[in-house]
Amino acid sequence: MMLACENLSVEREGKRVLDDISCSLMPGDITAICGPNGAGKSTLLSAMANLVEPSSGCVRLSERDVAAMHPLTRARNIGYLPQLAQVAWDVSVANLVALGRLPHRDAGEAEIRQAMGVCDLDAFADRPISTLSGGEKARALLARVLAGTPQWILADEPLAALDIAHQLTMLKVLRDEADAGCGVVLVLHDLSLAMNHADRVLVLSEGRCVADDDPEIALASDIIDRVWGVQSRWIGEPGEKAVVVHG
Amino acid sequence: MTRASLTFGALLLIAIPLSLLAGRVWIDPAGGTANAALILAELRLPRAVLAVVIGGGLGAAGAAMQGYLRNPLADPGLFGIAPGAAFGAVMAIWLGTASTVILTGSALAGACGAMALLALIAGRTANPPHGIALFTLAGMMIASLAGALTSLAISLAPNAFAMSSIVTWLMGALTDRSWNDVTLAAPLTLAGVLVLWRAGRSLDALTLGEEAARSLGVNPRRLMWAMVLGTGLTVGSGVAVAGIIGFVGLIVPHLVRPMTDKRPSSLIVPSALAGALLVLVADVVCRILPLVTELRLGIALSLIGAPFFLYLLLRMRRGLA
Repeated sequence: MMLACENLSVEREGKRVLDDISCSLMPGDITAICGPNGAGKSTLLSAMANLVEPSSGCVRLSERDVAAMHPLTRARNIGYLPQLAQVAWDVSVANLVALGRLPHRDAGEAEIRQAMGVCDLDAFADRPISTLSGGEKARALLARVLAGTPQWILADEPLAALDIAHQLTMLKVLRDEADAGCGVVLVLHDLSLAMNHADRVLVLSEGRCVADDDPEIALASDIIDRVWGVQSRWIGEPGEKAVVVHG
Repeated sequence: MTRASLTFGALLLIAIPLSLLAGRVWIDPAGGTANAALILAELRLPRAVLAVVIGGGLGAAGAAMQGYLRNPLADPGLFGIAPGAAFGAVMAIWLGTASTVILTGSALAGACGAMALLALIAGRTANPPHGIALFTLAGMMIASLAGALTSLAISLAPNAFAMSSIVTWLMGALTDRSWNDVTLAAPLTLAGVLVLWRAGRSLDALTLGEEAARSLGVNPRRLMWAMVLGTGLTVGSGVAVAGIIGFVGLIVPHLVRPMTDKRPSSLIVPSALAGALLVLVADVVCRILPLVTELRLGIALSLIGAPFFLYLLLRMRRGLA
């Protein structure tokens, strides 16, 4: 089930925040969207989930325009994890994860159990969400998305507030989902994580897609230098690379 | 049926028959006279049913509003819905309309209008900390505006009798209400509670914020209109037959929430039952207090509710500190 953007543009208050983006994302891949602040990464992810109305172009899921899909059908196929992890009421972890089943209109006990198991939350099922650490809460929010068994997982900076151990735990869960045939799209600020863990990278700059390729090509030093306005070089071996940046 | 619903349902079943016996004149259940039967059938029973209906509607509306606005301080009275309904009803009285149907329709229109205004101003805020402040300020602005317009209508009342009847009615009471009032308010309130109950799943999704809720298939526009209709029907019909009875929608969800799993959908039915119980008991207290004239129910609940609101604010301040 391919997810494709076709000449996608989004305007906000007269300003074009996404400009003619076209890309075709494949299930089974982890795709990272990178770019400096204000490049349009979160807007692109929101547009893919049909949470932002495009001013022109469209997003297609298996040739179907996501804007024309029934909201519940779309929700069953596309799981979205927003950047701001807000939980208004102090519900239990099990009830939070169960929210992922809302589009299916069922109890989905097996799916909830599996999602909690994958995210290592079995011991926390009855704990109120307010008693969890940042890493545990992030896993619970990811489990909520997984409980919906979507074909696509779109996550906006899911690793931002996590320490390196929890980042790797989350990435492993997402890699397992991709290996199981799910498409995963992540907005990432950490270029090293994108280089080492993504199968493909889209680099945005001022609303335009300036690179869409394998991480080694899309995140080449010259592209980083041009887009981020820094001087950079990669060190380390493939799979364990780190970017070194000079101002 | 949850533990909270069972508890408040059982308490209500005990409280209703007891409330029928209580009053300035206590009725002996063992020795019934013809007069006692008349008082029961024509005065106390409709009054008790009306208390249950209005309290149930206000409790459900408060629980649903808190879920929708993700704000534990939301209340139909504080956020302008009840004052909006009161303004609508006052306009009907001011214009000399004797028809209770038109008065009820005006109250419903006022309540729906206030809720729609609140939802349009503050219902789509993504940023939760600022959102709560915006909701509260917008709600208080609507309450102030509706209060000011009501005061204007009172000050421009065509005669002293109209002014007095508006002021007395605004204080909120169930005194001398009849089966006609029950017939008018009950179906509307029931319909409103049903609308709010059906919105429960969407309110649960809003726990994660509007963006996540939309990604889960929630249609925000449909939800907003469900809230406008549901709160409009419950609060509007209550205000139309009993005036402003405040703070029920604020107090009740707070008392009930610890007994539930905290999901907004789990709160609506037990809050309706607990709201019914609160108004029923408060009304009994009002009529058995040894005062020269009967204490108005709206005043009694405000005397309980305002300190409770202050307590919640202080608790929130401690939480923020």
